[in-house]
Amino acid sequence: MQLNEAFRSREVTAPLVAEITRSLQHPVRIMEVCGTHTMAIFRHGIRSLLPEQITLLSGPGCPVCVTPAGHIDAFLAAACLPRVVLTTFGDLIRVPGSDGVSLATARSKGARVEIVYSPMDALALAQREPECTVVFAAIGFETTAPTIAATLIQARRLGVDNFLIIAAVKTMPAALDLLMDDPDLRVDGLLCPGHVSAVIGSKVYRPLVEKYRLACAVAGFEPADILTGLLSLIRQIHAGRPGVDNCYTRAVTEEGNARARFLMEEVFVPADSEWRGLGMIPASGLILRKEYQDFDGLQHLGIPLRATREPGGCRCGQILKGCLLPPDCPLYGASCTPLRPVGPCMVSNEGACAAFFRYSGHKESHRGSNQTTEP
Amino acid sequence: MCLAVPMQVVEVRKGSDELFDPGVALVAGDGISREVRLEMVDRIPVVGEYVIIHAGFAIRTLTEEEAAYNLSLMQRMAEVLEQEGRLPGASECS
Ligand code: SF4
Repeated sequence: MQLNEAFRSREVTAPLVAEITRSLQHPVRIMEVCGTHTMAIFRHGIRSLLPEQITLLSGPGCPVCVTPAGHIDAFLAAACLPRVVLTTFGDLIRVPGSDGVSLATARSKGARVEIVYSPMDALALAQREPECTVVFAAIGFETTAPTIAATLIQARRLGVDNFLIIAAVKTMPAALDLLMDDPDLRVDGLLCPGHVSAVIGSKVYRPLVEKYRLACAVAGFEPADILTGLLSLIRQIHAGRPGVDNCYTRAVTEEGNARARFLMEEVFVPADSEWRGLGMIPASGLILRKEYQDFDGLQHLGIPLRATREPGGCRCGQILKGCLLPPDCPLYGASCTPLRPVGPCMVSNEGACAAFFRYSGHKESHRGSNQTTEP
Repeated sequence: MCLAVPMQVVEVRKGSDELFDPGVALVAGDGISREVRLEMVDRIPVVGEYVIIHAGFAIRTLTEEEAAYNLSLMQRMAEVLEQEGRLPGASECS
Protein backbone atom coordinates (compact mmCIF):
# COMPACT_ATOMS: atom_id res chain seq x y z
CA MET A 1 0.00 0.00 0.00
CA GLN A 2 2.68 2.43 1.04
CA LEU A 3 4.82 1.38 -1.88
CA ASN A 4 1.88 1.99 -4.14
CA GLU A 5 1.40 5.47 -2.83
CA ALA A 6 5.03 6.34 -3.29
CA PHE A 7 4.81 4.89 -6.75
CA ARG A 8 1.89 7.05 -7.74
CA SER A 9 3.26 10.21 -6.27
CA ARG A 10 6.45 9.82 -8.24
CA GLU A 11 5.23 8.41 -11.48
CA VAL A 12 4.33 11.59 -13.29
CA THR A 13 5.80 15.03 -13.51
CA ALA A 14 2.58 17.02 -13.82
CA PRO A 15 1.29 16.19 -10.33
CA LEU A 16 4.75 16.91 -8.97
CA VAL A 17 4.79 20.34 -10.52
CA ALA A 18 1.27 20.98 -9.22
CA GLU A 19 2.31 19.89 -5.76
CA ILE A 20 5.41 22.07 -5.83
CA THR A 21 3.27 25.05 -6.82
CA ARG A 22 0.74 24.29 -4.10
CA SER A 23 3.42 23.85 -1.42
CA LEU A 24 5.32 27.02 -2.16
CA GLN A 25 4.60 29.77 0.37
CA HIS A 26 7.43 32.22 -0.20
CA PRO A 27 10.43 32.61 -2.51
CA VAL A 28 13.12 29.95 -2.11
CA ARG A 29 16.65 29.68 -3.45
CA ILE A 30 17.90 26.23 -4.33
CA MET A 31 21.35 25.28 -5.58
CA GLU A 32 21.87 22.24 -7.74
CA VAL A 33 25.39 21.07 -7.16
CA CYS A 34 25.83 18.59 -9.94
CA GLY A 35 26.61 19.47 -13.55
CA THR A 36 24.44 16.61 -14.76
CA HIS A 37 21.54 18.15 -12.85
CA THR A 38 22.22 21.55 -14.42
CA MET A 39 22.12 20.03 -17.88
CA ALA A 40 19.03 17.92 -17.19
CA ILE A 41 17.16 20.88 -15.68
CA PHE A 42 17.76 22.92 -18.81
CA ARG A 43 17.26 20.16 -21.33
CA HIS A 44 13.93 19.13 -19.91
CA GLY A 45 12.82 22.72 -19.51
CA ILE A 46 12.27 22.27 -15.78
CA ARG A 47 12.84 25.95 -15.00
CA SER A 48 9.92 26.90 -17.20
CA LEU A 49 7.64 24.44 -15.40
CA LEU A 50 8.35 25.91 -11.98
CA PRO A 51 6.79 28.92 -10.26
CA GLU A 52 8.91 32.07 -10.56
CA GLN A 53 9.44 32.19 -6.82
CA ILE A 54 11.84 29.27 -7.08
CA THR A 55 15.33 30.43 -7.97
CA LEU A 56 17.62 27.65 -9.17
CA LEU A 57 21.34 28.33 -8.91
CA SER A 58 24.05 26.16 -10.41
CA GLY A 59 26.85 25.19 -8.08
CA PRO A 60 30.44 24.02 -8.51
CA GLY A 61 29.56 20.53 -9.75
CA CYS A 62 30.89 20.49 -13.27
CA PRO A 63 34.34 18.89 -13.15
CA VAL A 64 35.57 20.63 -16.29
CA CYS A 65 34.43 24.02 -14.99
CA VAL A 66 36.18 23.87 -11.64
CA THR A 67 39.52 22.74 -13.07
CA PRO A 68 41.75 25.84 -12.83
CA ALA A 69 43.65 27.24 -15.79
CA GLY A 70 46.95 26.13 -14.21
CA HIS A 71 45.94 22.50 -14.55
CA ILE A 72 44.80 23.04 -18.15
CA ASP A 73 48.27 24.49 -18.80
CA ALA A 74 49.86 21.38 -17.27
CA PHE A 75 47.76 19.09 -19.52
CA LEU A 76 48.82 21.22 -22.50
CA ALA A 77 52.48 21.05 -21.50
CA ALA A 78 52.25 17.24 -21.35
CA ALA A 79 50.45 17.03 -24.70
CA CYS A 80 53.18 19.06 -26.39
CA LEU A 81 56.01 16.73 -25.31
CA PRO A 82 57.39 14.30 -27.91
CA ARG A 83 56.08 10.72 -27.77
CA VAL A 84 53.41 11.68 -25.23
CA VAL A 85 49.72 11.02 -25.82
CA LEU A 86 47.43 13.10 -23.61
CA THR A 87 44.12 11.36 -22.98
CA THR A 88 41.11 13.19 -21.64
CA PHE A 89 37.35 13.23 -21.27
CA GLY A 90 35.79 14.99 -24.25
CA ASP A 91 34.72 18.37 -22.92
CA LEU A 92 38.07 19.29 -21.50
CA ILE A 93 39.78 19.59 -24.86
CA ARG A 94 38.04 22.86 -25.75
CA VAL A 95 38.81 24.69 -22.49
CA PRO A 96 41.33 27.46 -23.12
CA GLY A 97 44.44 27.50 -20.92
CA SER A 98 45.91 30.69 -19.52
CA ASP A 99 47.13 31.95 -22.91
CA GLY A 100 43.93 31.08 -24.75
CA VAL A 101 45.23 27.84 -26.27
CA SER A 102 43.15 24.69 -25.74
CA LEU A 103 44.05 21.02 -26.11
CA ALA A 104 42.02 21.06 -29.32
CA THR A 105 44.19 23.86 -30.70
CA ALA A 106 47.33 22.00 -29.64
CA ARG A 107 46.02 18.89 -31.39
CA SER A 108 45.42 20.77 -34.61
CA LYS A 109 49.07 21.83 -34.44
CA GLY A 110 50.29 18.26 -34.12
CA ALA A 111 50.10 17.37 -30.41
CA ARG A 112 48.57 13.96 -29.74
CA VAL A 113 45.38 14.37 -27.74
CA GLU A 114 42.91 11.48 -27.58
CA ILE A 115 39.42 11.57 -26.13
CA VAL A 116 38.52 8.61 -23.93
CA TYR A 117 35.29 7.57 -22.30
CA SER A 118 36.93 5.95 -19.28
CA PRO A 119 40.43 5.99 -17.78
CA MET A 120 40.58 2.28 -18.61
CA ASP A 121 40.49 3.23 -22.31
CA ALA A 122 43.58 5.35 -21.69
CA LEU A 123 45.32 2.40 -20.07
CA ALA A 124 44.38 0.18 -23.02
CA LEU A 125 45.93 2.77 -25.33
CA ALA A 126 49.14 2.66 -23.30
CA GLN A 127 49.23 -1.11 -23.76
CA ARG A 128 48.68 -0.81 -27.49
CA GLU A 129 51.40 1.81 -27.90
CA PRO A 130 54.31 0.85 -25.63
CA GLU A 131 56.64 3.25 -27.44
CA CYS A 132 54.58 6.24 -26.23
CA THR A 133 53.85 7.58 -22.76
CA VAL A 134 50.12 7.88 -22.24
CA VAL A 135 49.05 10.59 -19.77
CA PHE A 136 45.49 10.76 -18.46
CA ALA A 137 44.10 14.17 -17.45
CA ALA A 138 42.50 12.99 -14.23
CA ILE A 139 39.63 15.37 -13.49
CA GLY A 140 36.37 14.54 -11.76
CA PHE A 141 34.75 14.10 -8.38
CA GLU A 142 34.14 11.18 -6.04
CA THR A 143 32.38 9.19 -8.76
CA THR A 144 35.31 9.35 -11.15
CA ALA A 145 38.10 9.03 -8.58
CA PRO A 146 37.48 5.31 -7.91
CA THR A 147 37.51 4.59 -11.66
CA ILE A 148 40.91 6.27 -11.89
CA ALA A 149 42.10 4.38 -8.80
CA ALA A 150 40.93 1.08 -10.30
CA THR A 151 42.79 1.92 -13.50
CA LEU A 152 46.07 2.54 -11.67
CA ILE A 153 45.68 -0.66 -9.66
CA GLN A 154 45.11 -2.50 -12.92
CA ALA A 155 48.12 -0.76 -14.55
CA ARG A 156 50.31 -1.96 -11.72
CA ARG A 157 48.91 -5.48 -11.86
CA LEU A 158 49.60 -5.65 -15.59
CA GLY A 159 53.03 -4.03 -15.22
CA VAL A 160 52.24 -1.19 -17.63
CA ASP A 161 55.00 1.37 -17.18
CA ASN A 162 54.12 3.91 -19.85
CA PHE A 163 50.94 5.16 -18.21
CA LEU A 164 50.77 8.31 -16.07
CA ILE A 165 48.10 10.60 -14.72
CA ILE A 166 48.01 14.29 -13.87
CA ALA A 167 45.81 14.26 -10.79
CA ALA A 168 43.28 17.09 -10.59
CA VAL A 169 40.55 15.16 -8.78
CA LYS A 170 38.28 17.04 -6.38
CA THR A 171 35.98 16.11 -3.55
CA MET A 172 32.72 17.85 -2.73
CA PRO A 173 32.17 18.18 1.03
CA ALA A 174 34.80 20.82 1.85
CA ALA A 175 33.83 22.93 -1.16
CA LEU A 176 30.15 22.83 -0.23
CA ASP A 177 30.97 23.80 3.32
CA LEU A 178 33.02 26.76 2.12
CA LEU A 179 30.24 27.89 -0.21
CA MET A 180 27.51 27.67 2.40
CA ASP A 181 29.69 29.64 4.80
CA ASP A 182 29.61 32.60 2.40
CA PRO A 183 27.17 35.18 3.83
CA ASP A 184 26.61 36.66 0.35
CA LEU A 185 25.21 33.41 -0.96
CA ARG A 186 21.73 32.85 0.30
CA VAL A 187 20.71 29.27 -0.34
CA ASP A 188 17.78 27.59 1.40
CA GLY A 189 18.16 24.16 -0.09
CA LEU A 190 20.72 21.97 -1.80
CA LEU A 191 19.85 19.52 -4.55
CA CYS A 192 22.65 17.06 -3.82
CA PRO A 193 24.50 15.28 -6.64
CA GLY A 194 23.30 11.80 -7.62
CA HIS A 195 26.38 9.78 -8.44
CA VAL A 196 28.78 11.54 -6.10
CA SER A 197 26.34 10.68 -3.32
CA ALA A 198 26.23 7.07 -4.50
CA VAL A 199 29.89 6.89 -3.44
CA ILE A 200 30.06 9.16 -0.39
CA GLY A 201 26.59 8.37 0.97
CA SER A 202 23.74 10.71 1.81
CA LYS A 203 24.84 11.07 5.43
CA VAL A 204 27.74 13.28 4.31
CA TYR A 205 25.34 16.22 4.02
CA ARG A 206 24.21 16.05 7.65
CA PRO A 207 26.85 18.50 8.91
CA LEU A 208 25.53 21.06 6.40
CA VAL A 209 22.03 20.61 7.81
CA GLU A 210 23.28 21.12 11.34
CA LYS A 211 25.69 23.96 10.67
CA TYR A 212 23.67 26.01 8.20
CA ARG A 213 20.14 24.70 8.67
CA LEU A 214 20.27 23.81 5.01
CA ALA A 215 17.64 21.52 3.50
CA CYS A 216 19.27 18.72 1.47
CA ALA A 217 17.78 16.29 -1.03
CA VAL A 218 19.71 13.74 -3.08
CA ALA A 219 18.15 13.34 -6.52
CA GLY A 220 18.63 11.36 -9.72
CA PHE A 221 18.70 12.82 -13.20
CA GLU A 222 15.31 12.07 -14.72
CA PRO A 223 12.76 14.92 -14.68
CA ALA A 224 10.61 13.22 -12.04
CA ASP A 225 13.74 12.57 -9.95
CA ILE A 226 14.64 16.25 -10.02
CA LEU A 227 11.09 17.43 -9.34
CA THR A 228 10.79 15.00 -6.44
CA GLY A 229 14.01 16.41 -5.01
CA LEU A 230 12.77 19.98 -5.39
CA LEU A 231 9.44 19.16 -3.78
CA SER A 232 11.22 17.55 -0.84
CA LEU A 233 13.36 20.67 -0.41
CA ILE A 234 10.40 23.03 -0.54
CA ARG A 235 8.51 20.98 2.04
CA GLN A 236 11.54 20.88 4.34
CA ILE A 237 12.12 24.62 3.99
CA HIS A 238 8.51 25.55 4.69
CA ALA A 239 8.20 23.15 7.58
CA GLY A 240 11.34 24.66 9.10
CA ARG A 241 12.72 21.16 9.51
CA PRO A 242 15.75 20.80 7.27
CA GLY A 243 17.24 17.33 6.92
CA VAL A 244 18.74 15.02 4.33
CA ASP A 245 16.15 13.35 2.12
CA ASN A 246 17.37 10.60 -0.21
CA CYS A 247 15.12 10.78 -3.30
CA TYR A 248 17.45 8.61 -5.37
CA THR A 249 17.34 5.31 -3.57
CA ARG A 250 18.01 3.28 -6.72
CA ALA A 251 21.61 4.46 -6.63
CA VAL A 252 22.27 6.05 -3.25
CA THR A 253 22.35 4.71 0.29
CA GLU A 254 23.01 6.51 3.52
CA GLU A 255 26.43 4.91 3.88
CA GLY A 256 27.44 5.13 0.22
CA ASN A 257 29.59 2.66 -1.64
CA ALA A 258 32.36 1.30 0.57
CA ARG A 259 34.09 -0.61 -2.24
CA ALA A 260 34.43 2.55 -4.28
CA ARG A 261 35.81 4.48 -1.32
CA PHE A 262 38.24 1.67 -0.55
CA LEU A 263 39.69 1.96 -4.07
CA MET A 264 39.92 5.71 -3.75
CA GLU A 265 41.73 5.50 -0.41
CA GLU A 266 44.03 2.78 -1.66
CA VAL A 267 45.46 5.11 -4.32
CA PHE A 268 44.76 8.69 -3.24
CA VAL A 269 45.11 10.89 -0.17
CA PRO A 270 43.26 14.15 0.47
CA ALA A 271 45.12 17.38 -0.25
CA ASP A 272 44.40 21.06 -0.63
CA SER A 273 43.12 21.83 -4.08
CA GLU A 274 42.57 24.90 -6.19
CA TRP A 275 39.08 25.32 -7.64
CA ARG A 276 38.41 27.73 -10.45
CA GLY A 277 36.60 30.68 -8.96
CA LEU A 278 36.67 29.36 -5.42
CA GLY A 279 40.43 29.38 -4.90
CA MET A 280 42.44 27.02 -2.74
CA ILE A 281 40.20 24.87 -0.52
CA PRO A 282 41.77 22.76 2.24
CA ALA A 283 41.36 18.99 1.86
CA SER A 284 39.16 19.31 -1.21
CA GLY A 285 41.24 17.35 -3.68
CA LEU A 286 43.02 14.03 -4.06
CA ILE A 287 46.67 13.42 -4.84
CA LEU A 288 48.51 10.14 -5.36
CA ARG A 289 49.60 8.27 -2.28
CA LYS A 290 53.36 7.75 -1.92
CA GLU A 291 52.98 4.14 -3.07
CA TYR A 292 51.46 5.29 -6.36
CA GLN A 293 53.66 8.27 -7.13
CA ASP A 294 55.38 6.39 -9.93
CA PHE A 295 52.21 7.25 -11.90
CA ASP A 296 52.56 10.98 -11.24
CA GLY A 297 52.74 12.69 -14.62
CA LEU A 298 53.88 16.07 -13.31
CA GLN A 299 56.83 14.55 -11.47
CA HIS A 300 57.83 12.21 -14.29
CA LEU A 301 57.60 14.72 -17.07
CA GLY A 302 58.98 17.63 -15.03
CA ILE A 303 55.92 19.81 -15.53
CA PRO A 304 55.42 22.61 -13.01
CA LEU A 305 51.95 23.50 -11.78
CA ARG A 306 51.62 27.26 -11.89
CA ALA A 307 48.99 29.53 -10.44
CA THR A 308 47.50 31.42 -13.37
CA ARG A 309 44.93 34.10 -13.91
CA GLU A 310 41.48 33.25 -15.18
CA PRO A 311 40.63 34.57 -18.66
CA GLY A 312 39.91 38.31 -18.48
CA GLY A 313 36.27 39.23 -18.00
CA CYS A 314 35.11 35.65 -17.48
CA ARG A 315 32.71 35.38 -14.55
CA CYS A 316 32.84 31.59 -14.23
CA GLY A 317 34.05 31.94 -10.67
CA GLN A 318 30.95 33.82 -9.55
CA ILE A 319 28.70 31.59 -11.61
CA LEU A 320 30.17 28.49 -9.94
CA LYS A 321 29.43 30.08 -6.58
CA GLY A 322 25.83 30.78 -7.53
CA CYS A 323 26.38 34.55 -7.19
CA LEU A 324 25.65 35.35 -10.84
CA LEU A 325 23.60 33.87 -13.64
CA PRO A 326 25.33 33.42 -17.01
CA PRO A 327 23.63 36.39 -18.76
CA ASP A 328 25.07 38.59 -16.00
CA CYS A 329 28.50 38.04 -17.57
CA PRO A 330 29.29 40.83 -20.07
CA LEU A 331 30.96 38.36 -22.42
CA TYR A 332 27.98 35.97 -22.52
CA GLY A 333 26.68 35.54 -26.06
CA ALA A 334 29.09 38.20 -27.36
CA SER A 335 32.72 37.14 -27.32
CA CYS A 336 31.81 33.95 -25.43
CA THR A 337 29.57 31.37 -27.15
CA PRO A 338 29.65 27.57 -27.29
CA LEU A 339 31.47 27.82 -30.62
CA ARG A 340 34.08 30.24 -29.30
CA PRO A 341 34.13 29.73 -25.53
CA VAL A 342 36.16 32.01 -23.26
CA GLY A 343 35.60 30.15 -20.01
CA PRO A 344 35.01 26.51 -19.13
CA CYS A 345 31.38 27.11 -18.10
CA MET A 346 30.64 27.76 -21.77
CA VAL A 347 32.61 24.69 -22.92
CA SER A 348 31.30 21.82 -20.92
CA ASN A 349 27.94 20.29 -21.65
CA GLU A 350 27.43 20.45 -17.93
CA GLY A 351 28.52 24.06 -17.58
CA ALA A 352 25.93 26.63 -16.53
CA CYS A 353 26.77 29.09 -19.34
CA ALA A 354 26.55 26.43 -22.06
CA ALA A 355 23.28 25.05 -20.67
CA PHE A 356 21.81 28.54 -20.41
CA PHE A 357 22.90 29.40 -23.93
CA ARG A 358 21.58 26.24 -25.53
CA TYR A 359 18.28 25.94 -23.77
CA SER A 360 17.10 29.13 -22.09
CA GLY A 361 16.45 31.39 -25.06
CA HIS A 362 18.70 34.09 -23.54
CA LYS A 363 21.36 34.55 -26.17
CA GLU A 364 22.67 37.93 -25.02
CA SER A 365 24.18 39.36 -21.91
CA HIS A 366 22.03 41.58 -19.70
CA ARG A 367 25.02 43.86 -19.60
CA GLY A 368 25.04 44.76 -23.30
CA SER A 369 26.18 42.42 -26.00
CA ASN A 370 29.06 44.14 -27.75
CA GLN A 371 31.69 44.06 -25.08
CA THR A 372 34.85 42.14 -25.64
CA THR A 373 37.40 40.74 -23.26
CA GLU A 374 38.12 43.02 -20.33
CA PRO A 375 41.70 43.65 -19.29
CA MET B 1 28.16 12.47 -17.51
CA CYS B 2 25.83 9.55 -17.62
CA LEU B 3 22.14 9.30 -16.92
CA ALA B 4 21.09 6.70 -14.49
CA VAL B 5 19.07 4.12 -16.36
CA PRO B 6 19.69 0.64 -14.97
CA MET B 7 20.92 -1.96 -17.49
CA GLN B 8 20.42 -5.70 -17.21
CA VAL B 9 23.38 -8.01 -16.71
CA VAL B 10 23.45 -10.82 -19.28
CA GLU B 11 26.86 -12.27 -18.43
CA VAL B 12 29.45 -11.97 -15.66
CA ARG B 13 33.11 -12.69 -16.45
CA LYS B 14 34.96 -13.08 -13.17
CA GLY B 15 38.52 -11.82 -12.87
CA SER B 16 41.44 -13.14 -10.86
CA ASP B 17 40.82 -11.33 -7.58
CA GLU B 18 37.54 -10.40 -5.90
CA LEU B 19 38.87 -7.03 -4.76
CA PHE B 20 41.41 -5.82 -7.27
CA ASP B 21 40.41 -7.66 -10.43
CA PRO B 22 36.72 -8.54 -10.13
CA GLY B 23 36.19 -8.77 -13.88
CA VAL B 24 33.47 -7.39 -16.12
CA ALA B 25 29.77 -7.78 -16.74
CA LEU B 26 28.03 -7.70 -20.09
CA VAL B 27 24.93 -5.53 -19.94
CA ALA B 28 22.12 -5.07 -22.42
CA GLY B 29 19.20 -2.72 -22.72
CA ASP B 30 17.51 -0.52 -25.31
CA GLY B 31 19.16 -2.44 -28.14
CA ILE B 32 22.70 -1.76 -26.95
CA SER B 33 25.01 -4.20 -25.25
CA ARG B 34 28.32 -3.34 -23.66
CA GLU B 35 30.93 -4.36 -21.16
CA VAL B 36 31.10 -2.67 -17.79
CA ARG B 37 33.82 -3.04 -15.18
CA LEU B 38 33.01 -4.26 -11.70
CA GLU B 39 35.79 -2.73 -9.57
CA MET B 40 33.62 -0.14 -7.87
CA VAL B 41 30.20 -1.73 -7.78
CA ASP B 42 28.77 -2.10 -4.25
CA ARG B 43 27.98 -5.80 -4.83
CA ILE B 44 28.98 -8.10 -7.73
CA PRO B 45 25.77 -8.73 -9.70
CA VAL B 46 24.50 -12.07 -10.92
CA VAL B 47 22.96 -12.63 -14.36
CA GLY B 48 19.47 -11.12 -14.50
CA GLU B 49 20.21 -8.34 -12.03
CA TYR B 50 20.61 -4.71 -13.05
CA VAL B 51 23.42 -2.21 -12.63
CA ILE B 52 23.67 1.56 -12.68
CA ILE B 53 26.68 2.65 -14.71
CA HIS B 54 29.03 5.61 -14.58
CA ALA B 55 31.73 6.04 -17.26
CA GLY B 56 32.10 2.36 -18.05
CA PHE B 57 31.97 1.21 -14.43
CA ALA B 58 28.98 -0.32 -12.64
CA ILE B 59 28.40 1.66 -9.45
CA ARG B 60 25.34 -0.03 -7.93
CA THR B 61 23.66 -3.42 -8.28
CA LEU B 62 19.87 -3.62 -8.15
CA THR B 63 17.88 -6.80 -7.70
CA GLU B 64 15.38 -7.55 -10.46
CA GLU B 65 12.55 -6.34 -8.22
CA GLU B 66 14.24 -3.04 -7.41
CA ALA B 67 15.06 -2.48 -11.06
CA ALA B 68 11.59 -3.44 -12.29
CA TYR B 69 10.08 -0.90 -9.92
CA ASN B 70 12.45 1.80 -11.11
CA LEU B 71 12.16 0.95 -14.78
CA SER B 72 8.38 1.05 -14.69
CA LEU B 73 8.56 4.44 -13.00
CA MET B 74 10.74 5.72 -15.77
CA GLN B 75 8.60 4.19 -18.47
CA ARG B 76 5.47 5.80 -17.10
CA MET B 77 7.26 9.07 -16.84
CA ALA B 78 8.28 8.85 -20.48
CA GLU B 79 4.71 8.04 -21.51
CA VAL B 80 3.28 10.99 -19.64
CA LEU B 81 5.89 13.32 -21.03
CA GLU B 82 5.18 12.03 -24.51
CA GLN B 83 1.48 12.71 -24.13
CA GLU B 84 2.31 16.22 -23.05
CA GLY B 85 4.48 16.56 -26.12
CA ARG B 86 7.68 16.86 -24.12
CA LEU B 87 9.82 13.85 -24.74
CA PRO B 88 12.66 13.44 -22.31
CA GLY B 89 16.02 13.59 -24.06
CA ALA B 90 17.88 10.47 -25.06
CA SER B 91 20.28 8.94 -22.60
CA GLU B 92 23.65 10.66 -22.45
CA CYS B 93 25.49 7.37 -22.30
CA SER B 94 27.23 6.44 -25.50
S1 SF4 C 1 29.74 33.52 -20.46
FE1 SF4 C 1 31.78 32.80 -20.97
S2 SF4 C 1 33.15 34.34 -20.15
FE2 SF4 C 1 31.16 34.63 -19.17
S3 SF4 C 1 31.25 33.42 -17.29
FE3 SF4 C 1 30.38 32.12 -18.85
S4 SF4 C 1 32.13 31.02 -19.69
FE4 SF4 C 1 32.97 32.75 -18.56
